Amino acid sequence: MTVTLYVPRDAAALSVGAEEVAQAITHAAATHGEQISVVRNGSRGLLWLEPLIEVATPAGRIAYGSVAPEDVPGLFAAGFLRGGAHARLLGPTEEIPYLKRQERLTFARVGITDPISTADYEAHGGWRGLRNALALSGADIVEAVIQSGLRGRGGAAFPAGIKWRTVLNTTGTIKYVVCNADEGDSGTFSDRMIMEGDPFVLIEGMTISALAVGAEQGYVYLRSEYPDAERVFEAAIAAAHQAGYLGDDILGSGRTFHLELRRGAGAYICGEETAMLESLEGKRGMVRFKPPLPAIEGLFGKPTVINNVITFASVPIILDKGAKYYADYGMGRSRGTLPFQLAGNIKHGGLVEKAFGITLRELLYDYGGGSASGRPIRAVQVGGPLGAYLPESQFDTPLDYEAFAAIGGMVGHGGVVVFDDTVDMAQMARYAMEFCAIESCGKCTPCRIGSTRGVEVIDRVRQGERREANIELLRDLCETMLHGSLCALGGMTPFPVRSALDHFPEDFGVPGKAAKAA
Amino acid sequence: MSAGSNPGAQLHAAVEDAIALHAGRPGGLMPLLHAIQERLGYVPPQVLPRIAEALNITRADVHGVVTFYHDFRTSPPGRHVVKLCRAEACQSMGAEALAQHAQLRLGTEFHHTSKSGITLEPVYCLGDCACSPAMMIDGRLYGRVTPERFDRLLQSMEQP
Repeated sequence: MTVTLYVPRDAAALSVGAEEVAQAITHAAATHGEQISVVRNGSRGLLWLEPLIEVATPAGRIAYGSVAPEDVPGLFAAGFLRGGAHARLLGPTEEIPYLKRQERLTFARVGITDPISTADYEAHGGWRGLRNALALSGADIVEAVIQSGLRGRGGAAFPAGIKWRTVLNTTGTIKYVVCNADEGDSGTFSDRMIMEGDPFVLIEGMTISALAVGAEQGYVYLRSEYPDAERVFEAAIAAAHQAGYLGDDILGSGRTFHLELRRGAGAYICGEETAMLESLEGKRGMVRFKPPLPAIEGLFGKPTVINNVITFASVPIILDKGAKYYADYGMGRSRGTLPFQLAGNIKHGGLVEKAFGITLRELLYDYGGGSASGRPIRAVQVGGPLGAYLPESQFDTPLDYEAFAAIGGMVGHGGVVVFDDTVDMAQMARYAMEFCAIESCGKCTPCRIGSTRGVEVIDRVRQGERREANIELLRDLCETMLHGSLCALGGMTPFPVRSALDHFPEDFGVPGKAAKAA
Repeated sequence: MSAGSNPGAQLHAAVEDAIALHAGRPGGLMPLLHAIQERLGYVPPQVLPRIAEALNITRADVHGVVTFYHDFRTSPPGRHVVKLCRAEACQSMGAEALAQHAQLRLGTEFHHTSKSGITLEPVYCLGDCACSPAMMIDGRLYGRVTPERFDRLLQSMEQP
């Protein structure tokens, strides 16, 4: 009897040896005369346990974690093809608490299916949202997305349905749907995991969007740092086309949608939507003035829906199970779920999809298990390089767009980067300015010049040169960048800098106030 | 004689093939430059006029794009390209120490090529943030990179 095995093809799994494990298994199976079929799935998101392989048994899928090629002979000897006991055995995958306690809507299929099999996708609930959408008017689709409360998951959290309605209501005959897959924030990898683990959900979401607004051409702008995602996604586009889910006559409906992947070239700024449009047009990734909004005048001057990967990937379930089903998750004005990414110095790093409202502390300790180094967690950066550094006293903040805005932070793309008590926060503040200087498109002065001056001023502070005066200058500079920059890069670089100053003044050589009094 | 043995012919073929494939696509300059760099390892400055002509844009436009993006090179890289992540998540797991180690071990700084023909470049996030520190060698991703793992990988690269 043929045994089905799952060895991830997710880039994170590959980066720690999944390919070598797959080869060792295939080789050993041949030696032992075992009939096996190896599915290269996405990752379950328990990234500290990668390479995590699974065996399909009559009792369900059984997981073995942290498997190295050297473990493979022992696994065969232990009868792992039938779920045999071994030091690497984790038990039934679905029963692992990290996974069991999640609320996986967007990531429902990631790690479960063969990413490039349209049939497997369909067998696990795929294409139902698209089929429903084909029977609806554009306005009805838009209404469902509005009712779901889905907000842009790329960081800005603008209501997706409202954006779609703007594009729907434009009169142009040529419109575009563009997916921002320029996931440049450190500590984020959910876009990558979707594109490698369940690419059809993104294709389906973009197709539904195209049906809603009347677009026939779509682009996915993927960062060049993700070659594995590019390979999987290109294969998925071809498979979807072949099976009639993309192309000139989607599922025999007479509706058209073509999708193309475009590769970025290592510019962080192209994650900003108007810079991305410039890049897609074959130009330097310079930020555009707004207005006009891209929804009115976007790609090649045409009305354009722009959403991030997770936003589009959350649409199929809304059209499948209804807006209310999705909106029943979450808190306040943050409806639905967010795939959080636990990264950096964390023991159990990985992907945790939960409804909005979970606290940072729950993520860090109940899921993350504390720091990887075993030292106390001192600072956490949520929302990428432009997000604030949060001290322990703020760990009980619920992850909700408004609650985070209230403490000067942002949920952003849901990336959580953890630092232990060896971190030098003045150095991190300097890095924030340095990164802005490296990645600035150069169009506006506060960002282009301010970031370089920021590095210099922080250097002076760290050297103890007129410390008080230079800190005041730094705060003044932050104020200028915040209000005077054209886009979020210059406009939000002050967040990590100011939060480092506010919460960790001792690292800048200033006696701590509130922190020390406690 | 095949085009492979003549650098001039090789360059010409790479550029003309890229133009044939991408010049007619909307916003085709980026895929066109990627195609050239994939074939040659860089975008030779002398081919910019030909690209500009094919796309009916100015040489300044092409030059502007080539120089804006971190990925595009205007001179050939070494035999191998190592991209070391220097972003926050990797920093929290010792990326700076790894960067110092890598520079010392290679005897070169970032943006330069070692005597053994290995180009060292910084990169800001490879999306492997739960398996930090991360790096990429010739397009292949490596996670949980310790200085020891770096040395082992380097050894296999430095073999001729």
